[in-house]
Amino acid sequence: MIAFFFVIIYLGPLVLMIIVMCVQIKCFHEIITIGYNVYHSYDLPWFRTLSWYFLLCVNYFFYGETVTDYFFTLVQREEPLRILSKYHRFISFTLYLTGFCMFVLSLVKKHYRLQFYMFGWTHVTLLIVVTQSHLVIHNLFEGMIWFIVPISCVICNDIMAYMFGFFFGRTPLIKLSPKKTWEGFIGGFFATVVFGLLLSYVMSGYRCFVCPVEYNNDTNSFTVDCEPSDLFRLQEYVIPGVIQSIIGWKIVRMYPFQIHSIALSTFASLIGPFGGFFASGFKRAFKIKDFANTIPGHGGIMDRFDCQYLMATFVNVYIASFIRGPNPSKLIQQFLTLRPDQQLHIFNTLKSHLTDKGMLTAAAEDE
Amino acid sequence: MLELRHRGGCPGPGGAVAPPPREGEAAGGDHETESTSDKETDIDDRYGDLDSRTDSDIPEIPPSSDRTPEILKKALSGLSSRWKNWWIRGILTLTMISLFFLIIYMGSFMLMLLVLGIQVKCFHEIITIGYRVYRSYDLPWFRTLSWYFLLCVNYFFYGETVADYFATFVQREEQLQFLIRYHRFISFALYLAGFCMFVLSLVKKHYRLQFYMFAWTHVTLLITVTQSHLVIQNLFEGMIWFLVPISSVICNDITAYLFGFFFGRTPLIKLSPKKTWEGFIGGFFSTVVFGFIAAYVLSKYQYFVCPVEYRSDVNSFVTECEPSELFRLQSYSLPPFLKAVLRRETVSLYPFQIHSIALSTFASLIGPFGGFFASGFKRAFKIKDFANTIPGHGGIMDRFDCQYLMATFVHVYITSFIRGPNPSKVLQQLLVLQPEQQLNIYKTLKSHLIEKGILQPTLKV
Repeated sequence: MIAFFFVIIYLGPLVLMIIVMCVQIKCFHEIITIGYNVYHSYDLPWFRTLSWYFLLCVNYFFYGETVTDYFFTLVQREEPLRILSKYHRFISFTLYLTGFCMFVLSLVKKHYRLQFYMFGWTHVTLLIVVTQSHLVIHNLFEGMIWFIVPISCVICNDIMAYMFGFFFGRTPLIKLSPKKTWEGFIGGFFATVVFGLLLSYVMSGYRCFVCPVEYNNDTNSFTVDCEPSDLFRLQEYVIPGVIQSIIGWKIVRMYPFQIHSIALSTFASLIGPFGGFFASGFKRAFKIKDFANTIPGHGGIMDRFDCQYLMATFVNVYIASFIRGPNPSKLIQQFLTLRPDQQLHIFNTLKSHLTDKGMLTAAAEDE
Repeated sequence: MLELRHRGGCPGPGGAVAPPPREGEAAGGDHETESTSDKETDIDDRYGDLDSRTDSDIPEIPPSSDRTPEILKKALSGLSSRWKNWWIRGILTLTMISLFFLIIYMGSFMLMLLVLGIQVKCFHEIITIGYRVYRSYDLPWFRTLSWYFLLCVNYFFYGETVADYFATFVQREEQLQFLIRYHRFISFALYLAGFCMFVLSLVKKHYRLQFYMFAWTHVTLLITVTQSHLVIQNLFEGMIWFLVPISSVICNDITAYLFGFFFGRTPLIKLSPKKTWEGFIGGFFSTVVFGFIAAYVLSKYQYFVCPVEYRSDVNSFVTECEPSELFRLQSYSLPPFLKAVLRRETVSLYPFQIHSIALSTFASLIGPFGGFFASGFKRAFKIKDFANTIPGHGGIMDRFDCQYLMATFVHVYITSFIRGPNPSKVLQQLLVLQPEQQLNIYKTLKSHLIEKGILQPTLKV
């Protein structure tokens, strides 16, 4: 599987996107199948169709939002795409409503409760699976490094915790998963942080990982070509006194991104396992050993991805809060839809703000 | 250690249903021996049976006590029970409507509080039903966790929406600035804490119950909290966007009931046997007319039409502005057949009235589906009403079940057809960008505005 992962990275962002989509669909399918087995509702009229229909709607909504933001120029060119994107929310809502009405009309007298349960089950599954996968794709667009480092940290934590537990494990961690131990947990934590540091050092050197994915109008494909931002330029840091005496170096050259990677690895090791415990509890609650039997020896796709649940959301929130501000092209797009007087007002405010900061001089105005 | 009683209903094909157990009391004596022998098996096994049983096996939840005030009971003691019910409903309807008017008079801030109060009560009602269905009232931590999640999600939404509108107020205070800037991160951290607490609270024998309640809580949050926040966003757009949709739904309820009462014959849907096609269609037409008239009346007043703004000098909400195009009378030329009927060439309408037709149509055609959904829900879980808060009407959810989809529809309608994004939010985001990005955007905007002729190119010497 790891070799496969490397091949896919090599193939580029579009293929990664498609893989993420497929994983999402498979996870959804696995969880819904469990729901059917639990409730013996495989023969409920319409229900399978409705679940897939809702999956389609929600995916349409999210992809439309993402595509509109990132492929702004492409969308503006094509008339039908422009209309679709302008009324995107309305169209998605209408599609969802149709599904909702179909559900109401499909309620059968003796099976009300079952149908409501499956409805709730579908929605919770959508919430977990689809939102996570879309946040993963958002992270991907930010730069492939934001996709690769978190996922590898979670995988590394899984493996390291298992090995530490295997060799040194003694104190059980939590009743839910009797095989996890404190030694595995802590050993995995340190190993993951170190791994994250090394990995980000290696990857920050290459443009193809570090640059945001953009859609190039002329070549009609995705390009990852840019001037690396501050995060990915080597800077010198003065080591605090404590470590200075140990290592004997005064300064160290690191990428600022590596400091962020410490935060990401810490999250992966400390909170990621909770996603795993959640999935274990779920399996125990519904008395299943594995989510499915897709991967021999490993169980279903969900078994592999259970710790990733929270990671994607965390990375997305982290990026939005600490790394970058809002997306400039999206802002321009929003700006263009405002009324002229509002546009003028914003323009003047921006102008005075930039002049205050000294970014704008009278000479530059003339250009 | 909790001991959850074996629920009524022996696991036998078509077996007799046990007498509906009272809440908190032990089941009948003949079940005692079964419970003892079942102690060995996991409680989850029993619930496994429960899941696959059909609805008819589920025992009914006994209705709560009657909460009609004594004074009403005395006044209506002479009437037969059918008319008594009618009168109670009627009086309560009038009371609710007058309360509504009073709150509108008091202003948008009070309305916000009202919406918030209703949201909390709806959440409470649905969660209580969940507890009763799953007999999980004593599960450790669960009540705390449900309220905690409600708090988190509310915090998240209020931070996103309210921060935009109170930009001037927020800029003044340092701590608020910090909260706003890292808002998403803080909300996520709060949610995570709740999630971890849930995982740590999983108790061996009650896994399934706990997962059910977790999912129940999340779906409830999805329904009630998002709707209420969309309602508040609509409110900020202008009180008319809040009043006309809600009144359309209420009007549709009332007129469909009246039409059904007087003319009803053909049943509409098996779910709700009391609804009829005559009621549905009659309600549709009267709601459209009502919405049309209400829009006409309300569009005149600045109080209803203007977006709500927070003024920092006055420290309160103001609704004062130049009414937008939507709320200025315009002349429309009538299509020929209407010309012949009304014998007029043109009619002056507010453009908003045309939108109100769309809103009323949605309220009458799709709104009832929300009601059917709630009826199906009540039937599935064998409850008569969501709660007994309002005598004669049931709980708050019963009144608001048709509003579910309305708020989302109005919000989507506004963002798609009426206005673009919020200008102050765009400005706020602009100011957060990197200076180079700001400069780039500035240049793009400048060229765009000059192109459109909004900005005259300045000539500098």
